[in-house]
Amino acid sequence: MDDGRRKSEKSRFDPLRKAPFRLDPIFRRKAEWLVTLPTFLWLTLFVAVPTLLVFVIAFRPANPYGGIGAGWTLDNVRALATPATLAIAWRTLWISLLTTAISLLLSIPAGYTIARASERWRNRLLMLVIVPFWTSFLVRVFAWRSLLHPEGPVKRVLEALGLVGPDATLLYNPAAVVLVMVYTFLPFTILPIYAAAEKFDFRLTEAARDLGARPFQAFRKVFLPGIRRGLLTAVLVVLIPSLGSYIIPDLVGGPGGEMLGNKIAQRVFTDRNLPLAAALSAVLVLAVLAPLAGVLVLQRKSKKADIIMGEAP
Amino acid sequence: MSTDFLEFRGVSKRFGAVQAVDGVSLGIKKGEFYSLLGPSGCGKTTMLRLAAGFETPDAGRVFLDGRDITELPPDKRKVNTIFQSYALFPHMTVRANIGFGPAIAKRPKKEIRDEVDRMLELIRMTGEAAKKPDQLSGGQRQRVAVARALINKPDVLLLDEPLAALDLKLRQKMLIELDLIHDQIGITFLYVTHDQAEAMSLSDRIAVMDGGRIEQVGTPAEIYEAPRTSFVAAFIGDTNFLEGRVEACPDREYCRLAIAGMPPVLCFNDKSLQPGQPISLSIRPEKVHISHERPEEKPQRNILPAVVEDVIYLGSTTKFWVRADGYRIQVLRQHARYFLDEKPLRWKEDCWIWWHADDGFMLDRFRRSDEGLLAVPPQRVGD
Repeated sequence: MDDGRRKSEKSRFDPLRKAPFRLDPIFRRKAEWLVTLPTFLWLTLFVAVPTLLVFVIAFRPANPYGGIGAGWTLDNVRALATPATLAIAWRTLWISLLTTAISLLLSIPAGYTIARASERWRNRLLMLVIVPFWTSFLVRVFAWRSLLHPEGPVKRVLEALGLVGPDATLLYNPAAVVLVMVYTFLPFTILPIYAAAEKFDFRLTEAARDLGARPFQAFRKVFLPGIRRGLLTAVLVVLIPSLGSYIIPDLVGGPGGEMLGNKIAQRVFTDRNLPLAAALSAVLVLAVLAPLAGVLVLQRKSKKADIIMGEAP
Repeated sequence: MSTDFLEFRGVSKRFGAVQAVDGVSLGIKKGEFYSLLGPSGCGKTTMLRLAAGFETPDAGRVFLDGRDITELPPDKRKVNTIFQSYALFPHMTVRANIGFGPAIAKRPKKEIRDEVDRMLELIRMTGEAAKKPDQLSGGQRQRVAVARALINKPDVLLLDEPLAALDLKLRQKMLIELDLIHDQIGITFLYVTHDQAEAMSLSDRIAVMDGGRIEQVGTPAEIYEAPRTSFVAAFIGDTNFLEGRVEACPDREYCRLAIAGMPPVLCFNDKSLQPGQPISLSIRPEKVHISHERPEEKPQRNILPAVVEDVIYLGSTTKFWVRADGYRIQVLRQHARYFLDEKPLRWKEDCWIWWHADDGFMLDRFRRSDEGLLAVPPQRVGD
């Protein structure tokens, strides 16, 4: 609001800022291009082209040597519609959504607490969030495997407390996948939520309390809408990698916890059927792009609104 | 007192090493426009937050309408605040902002809509109901904040420097609007400000605060005309301080003061001071007269010869810094017809200054640091 106005005033009144525009727009355009070019080339070469290739290969037949045969076919797309594949796709979706929901549920109070903590404590708490990154992701997943192992400490404690029977398995099921995924993604959701909460003006929740809102009402009606951008980022940061996760379900999931990522790996390494793997990947890419596109549209909208606000007298 | 509507009884609050409020007792009457006035960090905002329920006092109690509200959370108090930053909810429209209180109270939708419409009319913003706070001007935001608080029909409206974020012209306009609103709805206002002009023009009574304590409570005229401490004298308006001793009290009404280097000065004795007591005399610059001609001697008139050291033209007035018996004294003079006046006083010219004994005030408490609040004399500016 104020920032927007200040910015627009600046561009209106500061001749130095406007000068390059007027003097040499061609040079400016060129400079912009030069700066953007490396990123643009990199992304085209290593993201856009491979993605297109995946889509193309999905429509090619496989050959017996694990390569790509000649001609075009729809068999791979048809193979996607089998009940087994659909079941895995469904499981991938609900595991990812559940992981996202649990991560958010845990991150919001965590981000709020860190943002409200005194500066000394804030740094310590942030440190605690970041510390796990010092250990390799793979090692941490293996650690969970031994924790959840039938002879492992978690199982023994739960058994001693009478919470699980002696035959219960904590490992190799979808619950284990969700648990380890939430554990893995938690720092990635806490950080954007903390960043948004830290910028949040807590006088607004005070105002809400002043107007009669109970603490939770103030939290829900004023604080959560106030950090919605952080929430959006957090959702993307969990949901997209969750949909494509491969290592976690592979290591702790077992056959009942398999996800699309594992299926793709099996098609490539076991069946040596690249086109079928490509078809599965294409589905995954589309599934990931859908929420991303949704968010982009939302952000474009709010950005437009920002611009309008900035220009408003 | 039973007539006090909002009452602070011996309230203290400490933040870390800072004693923000130090044993303050205050009583505010129903329907009163009451101001807490003081420099930043004097504890006035903490007092407001104690009344709103955002802070609980370390000691003392807060009463509203005879009920102890010290432990009540903000949402349970019939008190609403207008924040300095307005704290409008940025994701809500003007309508939703104003209707926030009634919506939280789960009042019927129809009722809320009518009530908000009435409020929009009061603040003359019916056309802006669908806008977001970012699309409003500073004055409009301020009016929305007022409406959002008033719609809950609070017993007391707390205002935390509500005009500080506005420019001068807008501030003057909103000042009049606030005054009108107070007259219209007749609820109690507790107004926190560091701007003496705001406090003076709006308030029924003012409490001047410094260092977490109340320095003086009174009507604007009392505070200005009869400051009790050097802080009040220096913070409210400008003044001249002269230090001395009570020499004699020829009658019950007046004292003669001995001020080093000056002939005896006569002063109204409103505090029944005894000879020998050290005092600090405060004289407002506009109470001191200045002229080329020696004025007529009168029994209660203090007359001193002086030299003009500086002349500052201020538009409606002119301020003179003169030296009399070694003291620098400021004199404020209203001039109705500046260019047609008698021969104007210029630099280095000899002149006479005089004031009536009733216009000087002897202060209870004098602190050297309060002199820092005065306008800096030009000689110190140069150093």
